[in-house]
Amino acid sequence: MNIEIVAFGIAKDILKGKSIQLEVASAATVEQVKKQLVNDYPDFQTLASLQLAVNAEYVVDDYVLNENDEVVLIPPVSGG
Amino acid sequence: MTLSRDELIRYNRQIILPDFGVAGQERLKAASVLIIGAGGLGAPNLQYLTAAGVGRIGVIDFDQVSLTNLQRQVLFNTDELGVNKATAAASKLKALNPETEFEVFETQISSENAMAIIVDYDLVVDGSDNLPTRYLVNDACLFLEKPLIYGAIFRFEGQVSVFNQELEHGSRGPNYRDLFPTPPPPEMVPSCSEGGVFGVLPGIVGSMQANEAIKVITGMGTTLSGKLLLFDSLDFTSRYLNIRSNENNPVTGSNPTITKLIDYEAFCAGPVIEEEVLASLSVHDLHADNSRYFILDVREPYEYDISNLGGLNIPLGQLKEQLEQIPGDKQVVVHCKSGVRSAQAINLLKQEGYTNLLNLEGGILAWQKEIDSEMAVY
Repeated sequence: MNIEIVAFGIAKDILKGKSIQLEVASAATVEQVKKQLVNDYPDFQTLASLQLAVNAEYVVDDYVLNENDEVVLIPPVSGG
Repeated sequence: MTLSRDELIRYNRQIILPDFGVAGQERLKAASVLIIGAGGLGAPNLQYLTAAGVGRIGVIDFDQVSLTNLQRQVLFNTDELGVNKATAAASKLKALNPETEFEVFETQISSENAMAIIVDYDLVVDGSDNLPTRYLVNDACLFLEKPLIYGAIFRFEGQVSVFNQELEHGSRGPNYRDLFPTPPPPEMVPSCSEGGVFGVLPGIVGSMQANEAIKVITGMGTTLSGKLLLFDSLDFTSRYLNIRSNENNPVTGSNPTITKLIDYEAFCAGPVIEEEVLASLSVHDLHADNSRYFILDVREPYEYDISNLGGLNIPLGQLKEQLEQIPGDKQVVVHCKSGVRSAQAINLLKQEGYTNLLNLEGGILAWQKEIDSEMAVY
């Protein structure tokens, strides 16, 4: 199934764009999506604290995704 | 807190607002706000909270106004270069509103002083520019039960939220550790000086923080407690994400493991992999005999264009792809702006088998200070 990944902050650099469509296994969990992202974009490995929100809700790693879900990648930002 | 005739006139345009009224103004006058950092985010917070009539404002910043600040830190003038930011801010703001009382802290907030400073305020605004301070301020506000107005910026993007706000049923809203439980490695969180920042952005994000601070104090409207605003000024989009209190939060979760302030620099640096001190070279030694060394500059090309030591420029992020350009025999002096990225570069090159590396102490800033004062710095 397809999901949309939307990136903010430094995640945009790693993804080389604001959003991508990602093909994942049906009923994939957030943890599986993270692993797939690290596999496709090794720089995500160092972003241990990367947080994911699915359809505007912060979610835990065992959250199960649905087709066409929007997954937002939120890295910490420190500037002030 | 009764208002004088002058105050009733000064604040008239907000007193006549539905939901605000004299009661809202009296709450502002009775309130005290601490603003951490008088920089890009601090400036609009300070200006709007002072103008709105907050009774007492504390401002803490150890840094001085520099030329690179003025593109976005609109509180300062060119003739204030070198003046402490907290002091420069307070002198401006006193002229804006003599009804407000100011307290200036020309110091860096730390685990040693944070509790003693924050305890005297009703609300804290985070306008800091680094992760250790953000975790420190968050934790201190949790221990002292103070609401915290969060704002952070990067390039064209901002984040805003309200942490630890007391909710109707007596519990408190989520906080920074619910949002980001684990700090990332420092190189993944570029500062404004490394990543750049669009000048208008802190004005927008800081104004949103001031908006939320006034709402928390007066009780008007609905705040961003439990929500994170992500704002992108480049394509002008925003998103609200719902955040929840995490039961594994080490301060506010069901089994707290952090019960007092910790060493936040160490916490954000992550686990120490090797204790080994990097071999280094002073700028004087390099200056005395630079033909002995191969100079590798790991800054970004735009930084190299401003000033350089004539070395080979390979940005830290591209080092792995360009190893063939780095000699394995001659002594290689690695430098950046101040020595942080060059240390990362050396650790990376060591993993690739290099043993001929020296870190230039203090980077190009030290060279400008000790060797060539005419060199352009940034």
